[in-house]
Amino acid sequence: MARPDTRLDFNTDWQYAPAPEATDHVRIDPQYELFIGGEFVAPRARQYFDTVNPAREKTLARVARADAADVDRAVAAARHAYARTWSKLKPAERGKYLYRIARTLQERAREFAAIESLDGGKPIRESRDVDIPLAAAHFFYYAGWADKLGYAFPGRRAAALGVAGQIIPWNFPLLMAAWKIAPALACGNTVVLKPAETTPLTALKLAELMRDIDLPAGVVNIVTGAGETGAAIVEHPDIDKIAFTGSTEVGRLIQRKLAGTGKHYTLELGGKAANVIFADAAIDQAVEGIVNGIFFNQGHVCCAGSRLLVQESVADEVIGKLKERMETLIVGDPLDKNTDIGAINSAAQLEKIEEYLRIGQSEGDMHQSSVRVPETGYWCRPTLFTGVSQSSRVVKEEIFGPVLAIQTFRTFQEALDKANNTPYGLSGGIWTDKGAKIFKMTRGVRAGVVWANTFNKFDPTAPFGGYKESGMGREGGLHGLSAYVELH
Amino acid sequence: MNTAVRHLPPQLPALDRVPRVDQVGVEERVARFCTRSIKKDSKVQALKLALSMIDLTTLEGQDTVGKVTQLCQKAMHLHSALPDLPHVAAVCVYPTMVGVARRALRGHDDIKVASVATAFPSGMAPLSIKLEETRLAVEEGADEVDMVISRGAFLQGEYQRVFDEIIAVKEACGQAHLKVILETGELGTLDRVRRASVLAMHAGADFIKTSTGKIQPAATLPVTLVMLQAIRDYYHATGRKVGMKPAGGISKAKLAIQYLVMLRETLGAGWLTPEWFRFGASTLANDLLMQLVKQQTGVYQSGDYFSKD
Repeated sequence: MARPDTRLDFNTDWQYAPAPEATDHVRIDPQYELFIGGEFVAPRARQYFDTVNPAREKTLARVARADAADVDRAVAAARHAYARTWSKLKPAERGKYLYRIARTLQERAREFAAIESLDGGKPIRESRDVDIPLAAAHFFYYAGWADKLGYAFPGRRAAALGVAGQIIPWNFPLLMAAWKIAPALACGNTVVLKPAETTPLTALKLAELMRDIDLPAGVVNIVTGAGETGAAIVEHPDIDKIAFTGSTEVGRLIQRKLAGTGKHYTLELGGKAANVIFADAAIDQAVEGIVNGIFFNQGHVCCAGSRLLVQESVADEVIGKLKERMETLIVGDPLDKNTDIGAINSAAQLEKIEEYLRIGQSEGDMHQSSVRVPETGYWCRPTLFTGVSQSSRVVKEEIFGPVLAIQTFRTFQEALDKANNTPYGLSGGIWTDKGAKIFKMTRGVRAGVVWANTFNKFDPTAPFGGYKESGMGREGGLHGLSAYVELH
Repeated sequence: MNTAVRHLPPQLPALDRVPRVDQVGVEERVARFCTRSIKKDSKVQALKLALSMIDLTTLEGQDTVGKVTQLCQKAMHLHSALPDLPHVAAVCVYPTMVGVARRALRGHDDIKVASVATAFPSGMAPLSIKLEETRLAVEEGADEVDMVISRGAFLQGEYQRVFDEIIAVKEACGQAHLKVILETGELGTLDRVRRASVLAMHAGADFIKTSTGKIQPAATLPVTLVMLQAIRDYYHATGRKVGMKPAGGISKAKLAIQYLVMLRETLGAGWLTPEWFRFGASTLANDLLMQLVKQQTGVYQSGDYFSKD
């Protein structure tokens, strides 16, 4: 489409001023213990691990590693709190605590945002504008339901399940904690939550917040650690419900362990969403949607639009504009307000992404933006693959990085077939000027959420969850409540 | 080969194939431009760049020889207290004032004289009168002509007429640069803004311009983004650069800098010069100057320290 001699030059003499978020207001302790029964306690085995700033490859803090005995303590504390206090509390009182959490989170938003970016590598613009405000919004939303459960399930009585074991991922650490804790508490359950081992800090700051607002001891317990800690939660006999967000691989393992135990569970797993661009779409805005779909949070998003399906007649135009747009994405210091794309969350994740870049190059053509990335830290340039097909691994498998696989289609039916031809079904996107096409597509795509002419929009009132290997159960909205109650 | 291309008469492009525009998406993109960090050296550089892109404008029924002469003085002497200031790009006046401006700017050939024409601002006049007015402005010494399109005709779907008018005015301009004012505030939708931009560029516009300044809303960031994207696509398709001029309603330095951010991230280095980007404004210059002084001294001076001509 574009003439070869008309390349735009975005390396202008005029540059933006660096604007790093100050960190002098942030307190990170050198060492964090487990939050059990309302206080911070050392792990029995005195084992600790480091949590690292992925943009600097520097250790931020030492964090306790909980073993099965620690998890047992935490579950006992949660059970005790459930039986003695939380289930006895008037629902409106539970709501007050949730409102208090929400308000305090807003008050401390700046510190939470900075720590989220330090520990996880995501740009401050996102942690400040998306992660933290949405986390607070979830607490506000479910606070409102606490004393209205009778209206949520008319004609039926909603009873709490008891102790919920919750295991969350590293891509949206605080937000995932909020998604899990808020509905659980609103419904009268108590919680043992394990944050991801690469991003435990905001959950631990949340524990401090819970203590500061005088949440009754044991209602929320936070145990840190890696896979073994999670396994101890899943296998604990006194837990009534498991809520997990993470990889499909681990989800399968959990489901196998839970089979026959009678425990309730919800799983929010991987995705490989199709973002479908029709020829009649508003192309320039669709390109923005593609960028937002795959490069938001470095592509560490389970509902990322990682498969682009573009109608053949506009494929060259869309890909050309996308490549041009990629040149203007700023990759670098997560704390800088100008940064569009931050650091890859961990060395292990970067290795996994790079492995896929190698695989993708044998399957199709790779294009990366020419942006310069810092020398230390874990970085991946915005990347796209063309010339790949449904049989390519970069099309089939979840990469969880800023890597887009592009395919073309000719007809509506072909687009729909390709969109559904995946073991996943978490999200999808459609871009067209025709309303009828939107409805036809959203009815046909087997995915929990489908965005039309936009992407990655979240709201506490909207249920979120997957079809097929993307999980079971829904979080958010009214649906999110039913995952934490038994109806009589 | 090139001459053969030049002699082909311009053809009205297929406007139904112009990309559609989604307003919500445009507004989201614009919001992102407004969060870039511009301060210290980066800000000084932006302020000076914005100053150099101004078409200093007076377009009033009450314009007099005295008023236009004062405006030209201002164009030549922005603020003597600050050394190393660029000068504005042009002064913009009515055709009858072109000669006055030309004489007042004698010795300053680097400041252009722009004239509105074609029955500005409504455009409600027969083509023959529009052409006559254009020729008069050019004869008086206008380097640039800012014409208005016939919005009524455009809204009636008479695209060919609008297209032919621009071609005719372009011809009447001779060597003078032609800026085509779309008056986006009267077009109603961003889809129409995009189509009108494509139409104007194919008809030979050297610049496309948002507004006359007489209709609200005048220039906005979303409208300008849509026009910049149209310019970008036209450049990729034809290899010809077209300039952009948002006009009306840009009176603050902060907003002007947001326009520059948008320009930088949409068209890049090639357009970040007064040759390809202009602000149509009357009071913007003083706010830019005030901010420049603030950058130098750390405090804001009273408005009384900046000449109002």
